[in-house]
Amino acid sequence: MIGEDDVRHVARLARLHLEQDEVGRMTGELARILAHIDKMSELDISAVPPTAHVLDVVGVTRSDRVEPGLSREEALRNAPAVVDDCFRVPKMG
Amino acid sequence: MTGGDAAVRGADRIVRGMRGDWEAVIGLEVHVELDTATKMFCSCAVTKGDPPNTHTCPVCLAHPGALPVVNQRAVEYATRIALALDCTVPPRNVFHRKNYFYPDLPKAYQISQYDEPLAVDGCFDYWSGDEKLRCRIDRVHMEEDAAKLIHAGGETGRITGSEYSLVDFNRGGTPLVEIVTEPDIPSPAAARDFLQQLRELVIELGVSECNMEEGQVRWDANISVRPAGSSTLGTRTELKNMNSFRFLQQALESELPRQVGILEAGGTVEQETLHFDPETGTTTPLRSKEEAHDYRYFPEPDLVPLAMDPAWVEEVRASLPELPLARVARFAEQYGLSRADARVIAGPGALARFYEAVVAQGVDPKLAANWTMGEYLAHLNAAGLEPGHGHVTPERLAALVRLVADGVVSTSAAKDVFTKMIEERAEPAAIVAKHGLGRISDSAALGPVVAEVVAANPSQVEQYRGGKRQVLGFFVGQVMKATGGRADPAVVNELLQKALDG
Amino acid sequence: MVDTMRLTAREAKKLLVDGEVSSAELTKAYLDRIAAVEDRVHAYILVTADNAAKYSTKVDREMQAMRGPLAGLPIAVKDNMVTEGVTTTCASRILHNYMPVYTATAVRRLWDDHVVMLGKTNLDEFAMGSSTENSGFAVTRNPWDLGTVPGGSSGGSAAAVAAGEALWALGSDTGGSIRQPAALCGVVGMKPTYGLVSRYGLVAFASSLDQIGPLTRSVHDCALLLRHIVGKDPRDATSVVAPAPIELPSAERLDGLRVGIPREYLAAGIEPGVRARFEEAVALIEELGGRCVEVSLPHTEYALPAYYIIAPAEASANLARFDGVRYGYRAADADDVVTMYERTRGEGFGPEVKRRIMIGTYALSAGYYEAYYGRAQRVRTLVRRDFTDVFGEVDLVASPTSPTVAFPVGARAADPLAMYVSDVCTIPANLAGLPALSIPCGLSDGLPVGFQFVGPAFSENRVLDAAHALETALGFTATPSLGGAEAALSQSGGAEAASPTGDAASAPPEGTAS
Ligand SMILES: [Mg+2]
Ligand SMILES: [Zn+2]
Repeated sequence: MIGEDDVRHVARLARLHLEQDEVGRMTGELARILAHIDKMSELDISAVPPTAHVLDVVGVTRSDRVEPGLSREEALRNAPAVVDDCFRVPKMG
Repeated sequence: MTGGDAAVRGADRIVRGMRGDWEAVIGLEVHVELDTATKMFCSCAVTKGDPPNTHTCPVCLAHPGALPVVNQRAVEYATRIALALDCTVPPRNVFHRKNYFYPDLPKAYQISQYDEPLAVDGCFDYWSGDEKLRCRIDRVHMEEDAAKLIHAGGETGRITGSEYSLVDFNRGGTPLVEIVTEPDIPSPAAARDFLQQLRELVIELGVSECNMEEGQVRWDANISVRPAGSSTLGTRTELKNMNSFRFLQQALESELPRQVGILEAGGTVEQETLHFDPETGTTTPLRSKEEAHDYRYFPEPDLVPLAMDPAWVEEVRASLPELPLARVARFAEQYGLSRADARVIAGPGALARFYEAVVAQGVDPKLAANWTMGEYLAHLNAAGLEPGHGHVTPERLAALVRLVADGVVSTSAAKDVFTKMIEERAEPAAIVAKHGLGRISDSAALGPVVAEVVAANPSQVEQYRGGKRQVLGFFVGQVMKATGGRADPAVVNELLQKALDG
Repeated sequence: MVDTMRLTAREAKKLLVDGEVSSAELTKAYLDRIAAVEDRVHAYILVTADNAAKYSTKVDREMQAMRGPLAGLPIAVKDNMVTEGVTTTCASRILHNYMPVYTATAVRRLWDDHVVMLGKTNLDEFAMGSSTENSGFAVTRNPWDLGTVPGGSSGGSAAAVAAGEALWALGSDTGGSIRQPAALCGVVGMKPTYGLVSRYGLVAFASSLDQIGPLTRSVHDCALLLRHIVGKDPRDATSVVAPAPIELPSAERLDGLRVGIPREYLAAGIEPGVRARFEEAVALIEELGGRCVEVSLPHTEYALPAYYIIAPAEASANLARFDGVRYGYRAADADDVVTMYERTRGEGFGPEVKRRIMIGTYALSAGYYEAYYGRAQRVRTLVRRDFTDVFGEVDLVASPTSPTVAFPVGARAADPLAMYVSDVCTIPANLAGLPALSIPCGLSDGLPVGFQFVGPAFSENRVLDAAHALETALGFTATPSLGGAEAALSQSGGAEAASPTGDAASAPPEGTAS
């Protein structure tokens, strides 16, 4: 059963700030959803292989040829903070 | 696990503790940046030293909606490495997402490989001291490199104390091969030898220049200790930030006694990641346990599995060059070199090729080896040149070796000739002629010199005639000095004995 | 002159070719309609009116050079496909100001065909939802009853077509996001076989399930639009070469067609009105010469749980890139990077997106992978096998698209599970990667009912042909009146729940076409 500590731990993994009231609400909602999802455990799937992909294709690659990318201006256009033509982020902490 | 003579173990393998002997168990994870034209999953150029953020696209900046496509050349290069390490290449491999947040990782996941890597179960044989060791290779897989983080403000270049960081995505997405060994490496020195020789191998394969300054090869080590002779595995720690071979050895050498100390005091080694500080030569824990990564690997849905056509794999295998270890054996056999000499010459591919080009001129292989390892290697080191570069061509070195072998120049004069070959960029024969460096064996020319030396040293003549025959060497030396080393020692000996005995 | 409520793309093309209308006039008719009703429908996040007017004039002027089957026809595009120079928000605060530096392949193909883009349509934030109430900017209303939802997540595209605000539109479908809103809005919507349309530039929700597809007023238009966006894209490793070109459907009869009706689809919670319309359509299929038989897809009840692991798991990684470093929203004044990440994402994402990121992260985290993700992947195999078995017996599978007609705004917003059940008939086709199409098959209490065909992989032509024949026989011609708004707005309650990001709910993004 998922509890508030699990929710906080998962929120941390997902780098998602949750307000205290959100943690409580989220815990209840996740518990209900997971209970529904647990229906899957009715099935014996021990002999069933997993499907990661519905496509039968394999080995799609491209050749090692340089193609034009973005100009520096385009690359930085959307950046919230730029210093010295680089993306600026707060200290690592 | 060690190849060769497993029973004989070098003394450096044993760590002497207060309560007995311990031995190290070391494994390595090596990352190699491949020299492809483009990045692993996009068509941006892989470059060095360009202005920041000038080689990016929606894919390597992780813009919304952008998708990765695998670089075929990167697969080929990675396969070369895998086959050279004697790995099995399964018929298919799968990319996974490795999830964690960091500003140098734009998607917040690295596309890497997990439970179905490119290659598994290989081995690498390498020399450590006089021993040939074997290290099993657990896996070889493909992934993408992170971008470059520059820590600014505060103490420049360090994370601690920096006010902010800057991200340059030029390097982000460069193809990487990760080589993971089994914990088969028995000592810090062996770890260093392993890495140096692995680097030589990768360079030989033509898939990476493995430039150390640019960080094209990087590694982490894991290490544990156990009572000498035991076969159990202790708790290991992981060491990071060792960007030179020397630091790797130093870090391992400092970690060994630390673990032994803990165990002998009745404690337990904690499984943790340690950061090596080259300034203090010690390690410190990198992150606490609760911060331990949970990478949430799952199959990358944007890529389909890679099918490895066995025929293609065999083609790649057939295209591999002769690998260093095999070449050392061949050189020893074919050219009659000692193991030690063969390893110096045949280890690095470029030097081996140079040497073989010298020998191909028809000169004595042993003499050629002496000159290649001696004057030529010293010259490369002094000039900072790669083998095969500079003015000393294999043809010229062979010509010089031939002059020595034929007695046209003395060995010491030949060293002069070698120096002048570099300075004057000329053929050895021309230099000998121009500077009169040829050997003098004409007794008419040497006679007066001998007479002069004898006349100038009466007391030594006295000693000689009093029975101290070894003084003869002194006279030979004087004659050599007077002739600039060009006198034929045999003729000088003969003339001197005549003059002194007579 | 142009009746935007009824005109099909096929008819519009004829008007253009016959010189009865210019592209500029056609485009203006839609822009006028948008101006007239958009404040009630809220189908668009961004209307690129100036660009559309300019470009349609250019198409008229350079008609010789800019010829082609789609040239000059206006279209609406769901705002989760990136469009260079036109903001793309995914209806999320976290992308409120994002100006793409490239264009999605599917959209690029249409632009290259000289299609006129009217604007970017609303959706549930990052396509996560079944009602378009989860938009960070506005709640789209169902033109048939403004008090009800248009379905989702492509609710903006479906409502735009239904309200005459677009000739046709592009949507995306991860678990029913084209078909369910098409059903609820009384239009045609198709999810192609996985891999048929490039996903390059489609902002990923669940990469192994997402497909772009058309929302149109007729099956013929659906085929016409689809044939211009399909094809292998070197930038999408999961795109494939279509085994056969998409044909424009012409079938009038269904002689010999075997249609399977999965009993599991009719077992659970189908509204009586929906069931009645569906059964009438089944009877029509028989009249047209088809044979309808009951079949079984035994793992249907496990498809929804599997989907709600696989989709959130992939989404949790796909949405990790929204971290405030390279584009989009960044929380102000964070002292260190972890705080910046957590606050940017905490403030930038709405509640449903957070919920799914949490489920996905949990399902993939250490110790839970096998119990959840691994198991869901194996259930996915069983769902695929169900279809493989059934397609040994029948040519197509048919079902209601949605168990219910459009529901009132706010009715399910408080209960995620109730909302998830909206997609119970559509999700299996995504898990199996199969083509599936929804057409309107009548009204129940004045609201449209959708009829769904699902076919084997790459059987688009078969699906389109069958749907075309049935559509013709059904003769569905009703159009919405854009009524019922006052009633709905006064009983509101849903409006608040439908504004996940609070004060941002009514703020349109700043971006404009450049
Ligand atoms: Mg790695
Ligand atoms: Zn790139």
